[in-house]
Amino acid sequence: MAAIESDVSAIIQSNAQESEHISTAKKLGLWNMWVAFTAFIIALPMGLYQVAERSDLFPALESAQVYYASISTHGVLMAYVFSTFFIMGFGYHTAGYSLQQKLWSTKFAWSGFIIALFGVVLAAIPLLTGNASVMYTFYPPEVGHPIFYIGATLLIVGSWFWSVDMIVAMTQWKKANPGKVVPLVMFGVTINALLWLWTSAGVAAEVVFQIIPVTLGLTETFDPGLARTLFSWTLHAIVYFWLFPAYIVMYSIMPKEAGGKLFSDEMGRVAFVMLFIFSVPIGFHHLYMDPQQAAGWKLLHMFGTFMVAVPTLITGFTILATLEISGRLRGGKGLLGWVSRIKWDNPVVLGTALAMLMLTVGGWGGVINASYSMNSLIHNTQWVPGHFHLIYGGTTVIMYFAVAYWLWPKIIGRALYSNKMALIQLWSWFFGMWITTAPWHILGLLGQPRRVNTLPYDTAIAALWDPYEMVMLAGSLLLTVSGFLFIINLVMTHLNTRKQDDMSVTYAVAVHQPMHVPKLLNSLSFWNWAMLCYMIISYGYPIIQFAFIGTPQSTPWSY
Amino acid sequence: MMAIHIHPLERKWLFVIAVIILLTWVVQLYYALNKSTHPPSNVEVIDSVRLHLNDGIGGGEFAETNLGVKRDKNGQLRVTMVAARYSFYPQEIVLPLGESITFRFASFDVLHGLHVPFSNLNSMVVPGYISEVTTEFTREGEFPILCNEYCGTAHAFMYGKIKIVAKEKFKL
Repeated sequence: MAAIESDVSAIIQSNAQESEHISTAKKLGLWNMWVAFTAFIIALPMGLYQVAERSDLFPALESAQVYYASISTHGVLMAYVFSTFFIMGFGYHTAGYSLQQKLWSTKFAWSGFIIALFGVVLAAIPLLTGNASVMYTFYPPEVGHPIFYIGATLLIVGSWFWSVDMIVAMTQWKKANPGKVVPLVMFGVTINALLWLWTSAGVAAEVVFQIIPVTLGLTETFDPGLARTLFSWTLHAIVYFWLFPAYIVMYSIMPKEAGGKLFSDEMGRVAFVMLFIFSVPIGFHHLYMDPQQAAGWKLLHMFGTFMVAVPTLITGFTILATLEISGRLRGGKGLLGWVSRIKWDNPVVLGTALAMLMLTVGGWGGVINASYSMNSLIHNTQWVPGHFHLIYGGTTVIMYFAVAYWLWPKIIGRALYSNKMALIQLWSWFFGMWITTAPWHILGLLGQPRRVNTLPYDTAIAALWDPYEMVMLAGSLLLTVSGFLFIINLVMTHLNTRKQDDMSVTYAVAVHQPMHVPKLLNSLSFWNWAMLCYMIISYGYPIIQFAFIGTPQSTPWSY
Repeated sequence: MMAIHIHPLERKWLFVIAVIILLTWVVQLYYALNKSTHPPSNVEVIDSVRLHLNDGIGGGEFAETNLGVKRDKNGQLRVTMVAARYSFYPQEIVLPLGESITFRFASFDVLHGLHVPFSNLNSMVVPGYISEVTTEFTREGEFPILCNEYCGTAHAFMYGKIKIVAKEKFKL
């Protein structure tokens, strides 16, 4: 980390002539993203350990206590810390470069960063000491140490500073540039910031009003049914919060890196808006198997759940068309001749293609999860972690890697240590993810429940599982090696003596770059109100019902 | 309102997307409304702390003497089970193949889930609520009934057994 600190101060010195908003963007970007990738590399080997422990092949590793402490930490670090800090870093960087204006308060931005980081450190203590082995979903009435929940809340509060920063930045820019089109990249970042405010409200309410009061002894009981309902508010939309930057990069950074143009700017905006509006009010597919919500509400959420496939299918088309344009511009001919002409040696381009492949398969898996009745075949089986590792760990995280390869040299002014290593890393992550998640899905279909640390079932079914456990082990080993290759490349870039030549950060231009777009695709206020209405319809009664159905409350339990 | 620029090919693709989404909706609506395939959603409350007593909400449905397989006055097979750390009670039951069975579950302590592999018997068991599922089995044999929601550090050891026998071999 010392190398990083010296780099940061080097940036401050060498960029004395650079405008203030650019150096702020770089610093906030670098610090946030280093926290993200540090969390990633701490959590990664835990995944390998968990696969090994669970397989029952290594008796020396067997320990339920360590396993559940590890899996809780792995989940919190990967799902909350890695993603949130990466998104904040990418957002600050994008706001500085795409809007070319000062952040309204640098102090405010750093305050958010410090609050969030302090929250992470606080939460890590009970997690690592086995005092909060409640999983990253922490469903009551099981509770861990109060410090875990307080730390997690601070992480969310810190991230709200970032959300406010992004929304204020876009609002100020629009005021200063009346009638102009907000750059697609910033439109995406800002709508994701607004999405995060909506998304995190559910879990924040659960933790602040239900869990923390009970763990501190201020109240004695709570309703696990209400807690699960509030968590479902957050649990699906959060996945879109993570995925959003991946889409933004495909639309506004990849086309230029590929040496071409974006197929359609407007359809990108349509996709972003749809991803926003169909993200939060559809969380009930996580509650399909729950007794505390009635069938009609589940059916209502089902419609919206399938609607989120629309922005993804639009994105698939636009990105594929964009890749084709770039291949043809570089001399590709015929029906498929353009494929080989694509700049496969560019990490952002390669990352996009690999992410798209994983998204296609993972997305079809998601259709099963989203299905009103088919869900019962896979609910809470190993299929579910298999699915979200493919979409988040695969599609999303591979784009985070690609962004880092693109951004690091442009932030610190040193050339990427090894492009070849970066390409090998992306490919190995891609194959590692397949080798891990394909058997994971199959284990789910073979009935293995999720979150088990051993397989003590003396049945013919349990015997079917063993070969898949072994394959998963090979896959996670490859993923771990790949993750370290990534971190080594970043650290070596900091130590690189070769200067980065191309320091410019510019965003893709569309084939028909719009001079004007409809107000609905250039502003968030309408969509914010639409979200409010949709949320009242889909979560209003299901939450209010807990005030009068008279559930006998639960007391807290240890694990 | 200004129109946005949409490529003709993209217009066709949007049409394809609309057809895909409509199809998924129609298929699910058909099975939900016509075949009554619904996930467990009965919204019925019970006091988990007093589960074993013969008074209170639920009227002793989950008292120890009332657990197990029974036929109600309409002839419908009913299974009443308690999920508690770390087993399902009763721990072993025998059920007939190809007959509609209504399961009712309640939790004694924390959140649990249950799943019988290769079947659609899957439900959360949330303390404070009764979960009801009606299904039938299509395969003979011995199956585990597995807890599928993390319920504590011995979660992996929480399972019971369901034996499915041919209809004519089944007796209460």
